[in-house]
Amino acid sequence: MKIMTCPVNGPRAISEFAYGGEIRPMPDPATCSDDAWADYVFNRNGSPGVKREWWCHTPSNTWFVAERDTARDVIVRTYLYAGDN
Amino acid sequence: MPWRLLRFALSDKHPEPRMFTRHDALKPAYDVVIIGGGGHGLAAAYYLARDHGITNVCVLEKGYLGGGNTGRNTTIIRSNYLTPEGVKFYDESVRLWQDLSTDFDLNLFYSNRGHFTLAHTDAALRTSRWRAEVNKHFGIESEVVGPEVVKQAAPMIDLSCGGHAPILGALYHAPGAVARHDAVAWGYGRGADLRGVEIHQRTEVLGIDVAGGKVTGVRTNRGNISTGKVLCAVAGSTPRVLDMVGIRSPIYIHPLQAMVSEPVKPWLDPILVSGSLHVYISQSARGELVMGASLDPYEVQSTRSTFDFPEGLSSHMLDMFPFLSNVKVMRQWAGMADMTPDFAPIMGRTPVEGFYLDGGWGTWGFKATPVCGKTMSYTVAHDRNHDLITGFTLDRFRNFELTGEKGAASVGH
Ligand SMILES: Cc1cc2nc3c(=O)[nH]c(=O)nc-3n(C[C@H](O)[C@H](O)[C@H](O)COP(=O)(O)OP(=O)(O)OC[C@H]3O[C@@H](n4cnc5c(N)ncnc54)[C@H](O)[C@@H]3O)c2cc1C
Repeated sequence: MKIMTCPVNGPRAISEFAYGGEIRPMPDPATCSDDAWADYVFNRNGSPGVKREWWCHTPSNTWFVAERDTARDVIVRTYLYAGDN
Repeated sequence: MPWRLLRFALSDKHPEPRMFTRHDALKPAYDVVIIGGGGHGLAAAYYLARDHGITNVCVLEKGYLGGGNTGRNTTIIRSNYLTPEGVKFYDESVRLWQDLSTDFDLNLFYSNRGHFTLAHTDAALRTSRWRAEVNKHFGIESEVVGPEVVKQAAPMIDLSCGGHAPILGALYHAPGAVARHDAVAWGYGRGADLRGVEIHQRTEVLGIDVAGGKVTGVRTNRGNISTGKVLCAVAGSTPRVLDMVGIRSPIYIHPLQAMVSEPVKPWLDPILVSGSLHVYISQSARGELVMGASLDPYEVQSTRSTFDFPEGLSSHMLDMFPFLSNVKVMRQWAGMADMTPDFAPIMGRTPVEGFYLDGGWGTWGFKATPVCGKTMSYTVAHDRNHDLITGFTLDRFRNFELTGEKGAASVGH
């Protein structure tokens, strides 16, 4: 069983976590073009790499950030979201 | 040991022709370069040569033929989809499968079994009825049946599934079949090779040259090639190749795992799929149970397997078939599934002239191998999307016109 570290509850089995996808900035739907909106809604960065992703520890409903190497399936680090940096 | 094997084991000369011609070097230019030596790329090469007379073609494969998802899938073939675009497309594929063994002079072990999609909830029954009506409209054998029909076809099943997921009925699709996946790649590959197509294994595409919005060449680990047409058929590597030409797409990669049991006596004729239990199962000609489940829950671009997978899948298998408790799992593996948001593929011309895409095949593209070869070879030869693929183009996302096929996905994802 793979272990992920919840920033609040510590190391837990990966089955306790839900994956929320890569962190992506959302354009303002009121002002952006249809193309920019479609790009945000549908398109993804599907190539491997170290990505910043949303994850949730489901028993405690804690959302946090994980940096994960998607080519090697290795969790680099996890931390609570502190705004975009 | 057979005498022939002994006699030729130590000799350089072998009287048997090889399955494929070996080409020592790449040519400086080809009319068409196909990236990916899986079933899709090889089928496109075959039909380009056979139906369109285009033979100055090479297929570039970074590993070995069929070593991608073609050789890793659970080989279920069916056409009982949900959207009219999908139903027509997969129906044409099922038709093409019928005489492939004869065409190739190679036994594909195409085995017509019948396919049950089990419904354990009212919602699943409703989707089954919907699919049956769409299917019948297009002349495809597809009907909703009661649990007693399931029991008759698979007498070993526990219809209550351990008491917690009773089977209320099923969508039955008589044409459902399985086939030998490696042989499909080899058959198309040999057919293309005999007609003059060059197949280069261990040849990885590292870059694609584009000038003025047009493809001009391909860079590989064995040298550069100039060409005006490139077909990308690389399944789980599609985002990486799209990056080479600067095309954005909704494709995301999750592993899909599968496993087989030790061989046992034949006891299961049909193919069974349960969306609620996340199981699909058939018995191969060798007696192995071939089993799959839903996608891994998060993005990974590798073919690693996990221990959670056989554990979870076995537990659901035992809900359906408690008598299997002593049967051993023999092998497990994974493929990289190139998923799309609407569970339909992405095919056809792209914003880069001369760059054609056959991807987004996720967990469902083996059955489509013949029709993808047919339609993509047409599209490449005429630089015009084949009529059967117009519902699958990349620009459907930009136009907010999705082809919602998720309801026909084999297991709930
Ligand atoms: C476990 C599992 C079960 C499945 N079950 C079913 C099923 O029951 N029914 C069904 O219809 N479908 C099923 N599928 C889906 C099906 O296997 C695929 O959609 C289909 O095989 C894709 O074929 P392909 O030829 O496009 O890709 P592949 O067979 O993956 O071929 C692509 C090839 O491209 C090569 N490549 C990648 N990048 C490069 C590069 N840069 N240069 C050169 N070569 C490159 C790869 O090495 C690979 O060999 C399943 C998939 C998996 C993983």
